[in-house]
Amino acid sequence: MKTKDYHPENYQDLLAKYRKVKAKVLEVEGFDSTSRQNIAAGLEPYAGEWGKLHQAHLLKRTMFGVTTSDLQAIAGLSMDAAVDSLLIKGVAPDPPVNDYNDSADGIIDPEIEFGETWILSAHGGDFEGPRTISLKNWLVKNFINQSTSLEEKMIFFWHNLLPIQTWDVFYSKLCYQYFDMLRMNCFGNFKTLIRELTLNPAMLLYLNGTFNNKEAPDENYGRELQELFCIGKGPDAGFTESDVQAAARILTGWVIDWSKFYDSGELNVFFYPPYHDESTKEFSSFYGNKQIEGKSGDAGAEELDELLDMIFSNDETALYICRRLYKFFVYNDITSETEQNIIVPLAQTFRSGGYEIKPVLEQLLKSAHFHDSANHGALIKNPSEFLIGLWRTFGMGIESEDLNLLSDQHSSILWQMANMGLEVGDPPSVSGWPAYYQEPSFDKYWITTDTVTNRALLGDSMVYWGYWINSDLQIPADFIAFLKTLENAADPNLMLEEISLLLLGIQLDTTSMNNLKAILLSGQQTDSYWTIAWNQMLENPGDTEYEMVVLNRLRPTFQHLLQLGEAQLM
Amino acid sequence: MKRRSFIRHVGHSLAAPGILGAMGFRSPGSKTLSDLLRMATDTDRVLVMIYLEGGNDGLNTVVPLDQLSALNKVRPHVILPDERLHFLANSQSALHPSLDGLQSLYNENRLQVVQNVGYPEQNYSHFRSTDIWMSGSDSNELINSGWSGRYLSDQFPGYPDDFPNDSFTDPLSVELGYGSSLLFQGPQSSMSMVISDPNFFYELVDNEEREVPDTLAGDKLKYIRIIEKQSQQYGQVVKAAAEKVKSQADYPQTFLAQQLKIVSRLIAGGLRTPMYLVRLGGFDTHDAQVESSDHTTGEHAELLTELNDGIMAFMKDLEQQGTEDRVVGMTFSEFGRRIVSNASLGTDHGAAAPMFFFGNSVKGGVTGTNPIISSSASYDDNLEMEFDFRQAYASILQQWLGANESESQSALFNDFEQIALIGDSTEVLSSPQLTSNELFVYPNPVADYSTIKMAPTKEEVRLDVMDMQGRRVETLYQGEITKPHEIKWNTTFLQKGRYFVILTGNQTNRVFSVVK
Repeated sequence: MKTKDYHPENYQDLLAKYRKVKAKVLEVEGFDSTSRQNIAAGLEPYAGEWGKLHQAHLLKRTMFGVTTSDLQAIAGLSMDAAVDSLLIKGVAPDPPVNDYNDSADGIIDPEIEFGETWILSAHGGDFEGPRTISLKNWLVKNFINQSTSLEEKMIFFWHNLLPIQTWDVFYSKLCYQYFDMLRMNCFGNFKTLIRELTLNPAMLLYLNGTFNNKEAPDENYGRELQELFCIGKGPDAGFTESDVQAAARILTGWVIDWSKFYDSGELNVFFYPPYHDESTKEFSSFYGNKQIEGKSGDAGAEELDELLDMIFSNDETALYICRRLYKFFVYNDITSETEQNIIVPLAQTFRSGGYEIKPVLEQLLKSAHFHDSANHGALIKNPSEFLIGLWRTFGMGIESEDLNLLSDQHSSILWQMANMGLEVGDPPSVSGWPAYYQEPSFDKYWITTDTVTNRALLGDSMVYWGYWINSDLQIPADFIAFLKTLENAADPNLMLEEISLLLLGIQLDTTSMNNLKAILLSGQQTDSYWTIAWNQMLENPGDTEYEMVVLNRLRPTFQHLLQLGEAQLM
Repeated sequence: MKRRSFIRHVGHSLAAPGILGAMGFRSPGSKTLSDLLRMATDTDRVLVMIYLEGGNDGLNTVVPLDQLSALNKVRPHVILPDERLHFLANSQSALHPSLDGLQSLYNENRLQVVQNVGYPEQNYSHFRSTDIWMSGSDSNELINSGWSGRYLSDQFPGYPDDFPNDSFTDPLSVELGYGSSLLFQGPQSSMSMVISDPNFFYELVDNEEREVPDTLAGDKLKYIRIIEKQSQQYGQVVKAAAEKVKSQADYPQTFLAQQLKIVSRLIAGGLRTPMYLVRLGGFDTHDAQVESSDHTTGEHAELLTELNDGIMAFMKDLEQQGTEDRVVGMTFSEFGRRIVSNASLGTDHGAAAPMFFFGNSVKGGVTGTNPIISSSASYDDNLEMEFDFRQAYASILQQWLGANESESQSALFNDFEQIALIGDSTEVLSSPQLTSNELFVYPNPVADYSTIKMAPTKEEVRLDVMDMQGRRVETLYQGEITKPHEIKWNTTFLQKGRYFVILTGNQTNRVFSVVK
């Protein structure tokens, strides 16, 4: 656990930390990517077949894994209504609490009672470590407990695109506020979101905005605002170094008020005119040679909105965000046809809607292009989509009032995901996770010999010896309970189809399906042997012999299924 | 050369009579002392288990010749014509017509039949009975690990976390066919490397790619599979072992043979993996076990042909690779089939059944007695077990794999009396009397009529019946036998007792003992 003493000036030392490191290009012998086929379907509303395959595709892309109840939730809906239902925001979860007190280890937070939230408390000093983990546990918990809605996935999308690193901010209450801000705006207005992000205390610390003043301008946020958050690095993203400097100068004066640091710990952001650069800021031809007149006194604060207006009046902003949405939800390579047929009109929707996010998501997720079967299974699950996906699909988890135990449960998921390259709350850099931006490998970054072994072992642990919660508790998946949620558990063919639909990105060919069935049937060739075994188990509740017969068939079946390459796709 | 490394066994594994003499204390040849010491803790012996999925019909696999008249009565729909059976010398048993290769192994003392293996309180569910056979549990006991898995887990503590390591780089067990079985499930984790499809093996060894759909998803799938292959924990040692073997004997293009081919290649390539599991499915012959027109054909005959040809190709290949003394094979099935046959030309789930053990090192012969079939057997009747299946496991663990008594006990939860399985098979059947089919009488005990089969002789011979006092009772035939010959023997007037049927000439001396 990382702990460090808090001193505001420490953040000065972090200046050099946010260099964007280019991820190593993956070179794998024997792999040459096929060129992308063009998908003719465009943004017109999808009017094709709307069966389980298509419903599952929509859910896999918009949630962390799919459960049978997710499928049931949209089974009776039209495609249109299904997408609408995913875009409804749920009730905000209760805030994270002290789940880390541990008298045995002598860890007792003097400020916060066990079970009470720390989000209203002052900086916790050494307890920022446990609180940061508590925050991450809370994020994991929210992912797991998501309703059939895009909300949590969208928070993750924004967190990846507009990131902070919680270990660097090391001020859990501010980080909580950052995530809360993402939640408030996740389907809202992108311009509002960027404005709030710009003045978010965690972000002002993370990218040094609060240390940006006219004497010592800090370009960090001014750069990322354009390069990573709004304009991007597309072929037509022609902003210049002087644009970066001009933006940074506009942002001078926005600082954190530390006065309540030792009191409530609340850090308000305010505009402090003496720090503001009052000169006129001149932008390049990319921004139409725009000049933003320097203002003195409190009026200097208005320059921020002029800056955002300028950025948002540039076509690249909508194009960039639409490309990022496309890569996240549909496929990570954008051909020139896709650019013309999908990105350009989608960006038009974004702009004409005043940067409202929901209409863009609606148009994309309802489009014939999104639902085209050519896109099914074409993304590799990220570690949370894989692990939390399994967790949710199998209905894993302990019901307990014991906060320490629940904390162990969520931490174990957190660290396992970290082992596989995704530590929620801490992307590797301000660019987010390479899988979402680094060409040409993109999501292939998730799959290495290490991570694929990890994924296999996690699957095995759920199947056999139990997923590790702590040294005293390992919990296997309850496959019988899981199968009971299926429509056709007693029919081996339909049952395998159902679980394949939930767990695999593409459907198996006949040979693989037969192989899977052979495992389920222990090599027997009579389907009804499974039906009999399943029904006997149902008819004799509590009889462990019948349960064991069923489980001994299911375990190797699930083990095999989870180790198929198709299980890594969504 | 026969490799013998019994040093570890001699002190303790000799409970069953007969083994001591057979094992001997033969010089281990040119092995140096350090070799011997190494072998003392690490034999390079291999056990290959062939699981016959579905419940193999034991009564049609190893036919009790002394029960033929009752068998004809109670299982008319599947009964095999006795003239097509392969007789096992020095026994009252014969193999299914498809098992000609196994008969030749038997004649060379490289096949041992253990009769009537099962467990008390037979469970007739495939699934449950498979679990019992693989876990090594009692019928009423629920065990979540396999007997082999427990044995390997005891032998290799720290698996899987501390493996592979410098002292053991190879998979502890390899199973082919489908997914991982209960057999190799240890108390914590599976102890096996699974090659779920023979094609995957060649993808690994030959760097071949499985075909993926020509789609965006297929493109990603291809990438994932490449990485998965690279990450296969034992992929490189298996690949390296396979690459050492440049040529193999011909194997039939069957599922079983192709699995055995891989096993042989890995053994020859130097893997120290002690246990393998391969599978042959389809033995659940409720109907169409035989063709009505010819009972020697049909599903069961095809399966046994696949078994026979697979084993024979495997044995030939072992010899070609020089590994024939290191390998013992074993067949098992979750149960035998019902005594009484079905009108649909099949048989239902049954109980005890024979097991085969094969390899240069097995003792050979038929162990156990023929099952007794009542001609008034009813549908619910089943074959009684003579040997508990765990006796076979205990025997193979201790006599072949070098387990001591407590290791065997810990894998099997109990102490089971051993069956003599491993012997000195360099001796060819030393009986003064017979090799199979040279002289054979059935049914035996004789009823009113019996059939006597004789192989050709190179000279004029005489066929006599003698009583126990050496008195000639009758002469049945005289002259040269130029081609396989059968005669009917009317025994109506023979008194009850034991007799010898003797075929003699200047250089011929064949004897067969019969009972009336």
